[in-house]
Amino acid sequence: MSTVTVPKVKPTRPWKRTPKQQALMAANLLISAVVSYFVVLATPMKGKLAYLAIFFIAVIAINFAESYFKSGLAAAKDSIATSFAAAGLIIAVVPIFSILFTIFDRGRAGLNFNLFLHDMKSNGPNDPLGQGGLLHALVGSGIMVGIALLISLPIGILTAIYLTEIKGIYSRPIKFLVQAMSGVPSIVAGLFILSAIVFPITKSSSGLMGGLALSILMIPTIARTSEEVLLLIPNDLREAGVALGGTQWRTISLIVVPAAKSGLITATILGLARVAGETAPLVLVSGGGDAVNPNPFHAPMGSLPFYIWKGFTYGTPESIARSWAGIFVLLSLIFLLFIAARTLSGSGAKK
Amino acid sequence: MINPNEDGNDEMETKTTPSSLSDVANATKARKQPGSGALGVGLEARGIHAWFGDKLVLRDISLDFWSGTVTALIGPSGCGKSTFIRTLNRMHEFIPGAAMAGEVLLNGQDIYEQGTDVTKIRLKVGMVFQKPNPFPSMTIADNVLAGLKLAQLKTENKDDLLEECLERAGLWNEVKDRLNAYGGSLSGGQQQRLCIARSLAVRPEVLLMDEPCSALDPGSTLKIEETIQHLSSSMTIIIVTHNMQQAARVSDYTGFFLSDGGPGELVEVGPTSEIFSRPKDTRTENYVTGRFG
Repeated sequence: MSTVTVPKVKPTRPWKRTPKQQALMAANLLISAVVSYFVVLATPMKGKLAYLAIFFIAVIAINFAESYFKSGLAAAKDSIATSFAAAGLIIAVVPIFSILFTIFDRGRAGLNFNLFLHDMKSNGPNDPLGQGGLLHALVGSGIMVGIALLISLPIGILTAIYLTEIKGIYSRPIKFLVQAMSGVPSIVAGLFILSAIVFPITKSSSGLMGGLALSILMIPTIARTSEEVLLLIPNDLREAGVALGGTQWRTISLIVVPAAKSGLITATILGLARVAGETAPLVLVSGGGDAVNPNPFHAPMGSLPFYIWKGFTYGTPESIARSWAGIFVLLSLIFLLFIAARTLSGSGAKK
Repeated sequence: MINPNEDGNDEMETKTTPSSLSDVANATKARKQPGSGALGVGLEARGIHAWFGDKLVLRDISLDFWSGTVTALIGPSGCGKSTFIRTLNRMHEFIPGAAMAGEVLLNGQDIYEQGTDVTKIRLKVGMVFQKPNPFPSMTIADNVLAGLKLAQLKTENKDDLLEECLERAGLWNEVKDRLNAYGGSLSGGQQQRLCIARSLAVRPEVLLMDEPCSALDPGSTLKIEETIQHLSSSMTIIIVTHNMQQAARVSDYTGFFLSDGGPGELVEVGPTSEIFSRPKDTRTENYVTGRFG
């Protein structure tokens, strides 16, 4: 360390708002709130929406005026654009939080530990909330999503490899098909399994049929996401692998896929999250069922979306509360899957 | 082998003192004459043409590479040097729309002959790329030995091979204590030497280097040039470079490529000392003295 005394310099951030500017902004918001209160009072407009709309207009107008008098027309236009972007953000985010809050609020009543230990085979829709549970739905969802995963993971990733690595003459039409498939309404997947397998062959619903229907929805999701992940792998690596005397397949399996591993895991989890909440195809082909049924080849199988749907159709206060609890559980599971996907893709990017 | 009197890598030098380049070339390259170092194997290009789509990018390149020599290919950007060396180990065909004509003889055998096992060709003719590209999912040790896995080769003692390759690439001392770290944790220059070690592990007869130092700092460049010097006694090296001083320092022979808007052609090839001191073609002279390009 040198002994020369260095004059103390305080770090500053001149690009940040000064306290005075912050006070101005707060004043703007306050004035807008007051204005919207009186406008609603004085005019026949009513309700929360009116307050909100007038509040937005007031904030934008005051911002515009302030920027115009301080810095001219260009700055004023800039402030309008900023205000609209912020308004758009709020309009987009408010419903999401509103939904999350509603689910938590309504689901709370039906939540208890018994949910995860019992099924509904000996409980009716009018039984009190402490009785019965959604174990059968959890088990069924797990089995059917698992079957869908077993089918979709290899097919989806191999499709992505065909599209990005092999680039055969059919890649264009296949790419188009995969994109079109990812927009297929989920009930179509259910109807397809129903008419192609259930009616002509098995003649009965089962968990396997549910898994097949879900895999129709899952394959395009995994294929598309994996394709994008594989496209990010630099071509250098493929060339290096081939230049070392590897065949194309060995280069893909030893170099390209391991390099894309974390992204492929993310693609898989996104595929899982995509189908975990699908209701329509399961209503058509899985048969529902109120008892725990671990056998996907025989007898109806319950699932979380089915449990939720069924609860609402009964219409009793208890069954509706059970459905809300089911929604809460399902959403929490999907949320966990997304967190897992984010964490895994994040840890892969660091390397 | 770096001449200690050679002052710096500054490209400006070439403009003012062209003779210093030829001095270096004379001093270091007199040791070899065409064919004298032959080990009985070699690579010959015969009438190579290359196309991308309908565009002819290389016209009629014929060039011999003796074993145990270093050949530098110089020329302005876009004259087809990289395309040319990619035809030498059949990497050219990976570019969509690519086509070629001509023969590449490796030990007398045309590598483009129908029925040739292309993976065997690439084992014998290795390649180091412009940007260091260690495999990100592998450790340093796994990277070096990746070629064995890719080509399904057996080796008796992996540890010996690992040490030998890293030693020959001049990297052993820097990484011997962290062979299980990921390749991406090394500096750019170290990564490139790791890539060289990786190419060596499958024991190629020829090593193609496509501007191996263009992404590296002068210190790393120096190390790689030393590595090339060490390797040249046991294999054929073909290096594409934009740095003429580098060509003068490391190569025995130099080929000058040029494209006047059309396909790239080989203007002149000869011992490096002659290319830099007494080029036969005025275009070569203009280029090596820095008057254009």
